[in-house]
Amino acid sequence: MSVPAELQYTEEHEWVSISGDVATVGITDYAASALGDVVYVNLPTAGSAVTAGEACGEVESTKSVSDLFSPVDGEVLEVNEELDDDPGLVNAEPYAAGWMFRVRVPASPDGDVALPPGLLTAAEYEGLTKSAG
Amino acid sequence: MTDFAGWLMPLRYGSETAEHLAVRSAAGLFDLSHMGEIAVTGPSAADALDYALTGWLSRLRAGQARYTMLCATDGGILDDLVVYRQAEDRFLVVANASNTSVVLGELQERCGTVAGAVVTDETDRTALIAIQGPNAPAILATLTPVALESVKYYSGSYADVAGSPAWIARTGYTGEDGFEVFCSAGDAGHVWAALVAAGAGSGLVPVGLAARDTLRLEAGMPLYGNELGRDVTPYEAGLGKVVRLDKPGDFVGRAALAKVAAAVAAGDTPNRTLVGLVARSRRVPRHGYPVVAGGAEVGTVTSGAPSPTLGAPIAMAFIEAGTAGPFGIDIRGRIEPADRVELPFYARSK
Repeated sequence: MSVPAELQYTEEHEWVSISGDVATVGITDYAASALGDVVYVNLPTAGSAVTAGEACGEVESTKSVSDLFSPVDGEVLEVNEELDDDPGLVNAEPYAAGWMFRVRVPASPDGDVALPPGLLTAAEYEGLTKSAG
Repeated sequence: MTDFAGWLMPLRYGSETAEHLAVRSAAGLFDLSHMGEIAVTGPSAADALDYALTGWLSRLRAGQARYTMLCATDGGILDDLVVYRQAEDRFLVVANASNTSVVLGELQERCGTVAGAVVTDETDRTALIAIQGPNAPAILATLTPVALESVKYYSGSYADVAGSPAWIARTGYTGEDGFEVFCSAGDAGHVWAALVAAGAGSGLVPVGLAARDTLRLEAGMPLYGNELGRDVTPYEAGLGKVVRLDKPGDFVGRAALAKVAAAVAAGDTPNRTLVGLVARSRRVPRHGYPVVAGGAEVGTVTSGAPSPTLGAPIAMAFIEAGTAGPFGIDIRGRIEPADRVELPFYARSK
């Protein structure tokens, strides 16, 4: 199961990649494999506000549906519209073409982007998935 | 892998959508060894089964199969079954894995006390491998001496498969042409490997439980625990034809089922009906979701899934008899419109 070292993770199996003040979000290889074939991704709309730890969409697979949680606070800049035609990209390339949405993250008082506490490193996330079996 | 009625089984081998589509367009191989196999044998076996089950099993000729049910005295369904008359005095009853012990207990009670009928649980010694899909006959034909065109739908024959003795039946749970191969548990690995090799150039893939469920749902076939249960009569499930009230003699559940049948005949439909629904949105109805019409809850989804063949979410649901649409399904708090359709959702072109 692939867990890229440069990304950060949540306990809800999202990954987040920070570039400047923009966070790109998707679900992990582990999550996509556990769900099975993804058939529909219900994403937040561009311009809406998302809150870290709160549900902002749904991922439907053959056997189940899961809430999609935002790992960060901010405003949704863009969603991956290709998933509408080809939700299988989430299974095929969860960290690349299967990305889900981008969020502009507000700056904290010290000028850095304000990331919520509790995001996991790749090593921590890998440990979490291993202990879950 | 998942725990299924005490058996460790694969939900999928690779992509369940690809597995599903392979069965529709080429062929799929299923390990169904979890199913229960119970033999009822002896000179009185046929009469004993006529009393134990809703079907008229004594009318089967050797080699024929029947879809039938085991009902309780009150008419509730204890299991749905396929019964093969393998010889004049030997019937093989195939039960759902989760119900095998119930079926075995009931058959022992209902048949085992009849002189000349013996009930034997053969589940552990029997493996069941299904090969389903348009290419299934050609693949299986390379491994067996029997002329498969002589094995008609819902019939079976003893024949070797890859040199191992087997019972080959033209039955299945996918809506496609295909066969179910019963062999000894010890031969199963060899038979499986031979089928995989024989199907290598014909698009044969192994298929897990996830695709097995979407295949049977598209074919409008009920699943015990979803559409069928202790609190459901065959009539409510649209399967009244499996109750042979025209057979002679008493059978378990006759009085209760005759009452329901008389009400149906008098125009009193059963109080709920099993229907097919196709969702207009892409959100998927799941087991237990409420069905609504005219602002009120009128039923419950029994099975739902994204249909690979239709490209839309589909569901079977029990609704109050006589309810007119338009229908909606309450999918986690939001009502999504759905169209009622005739079952099955998918029928192969013959």
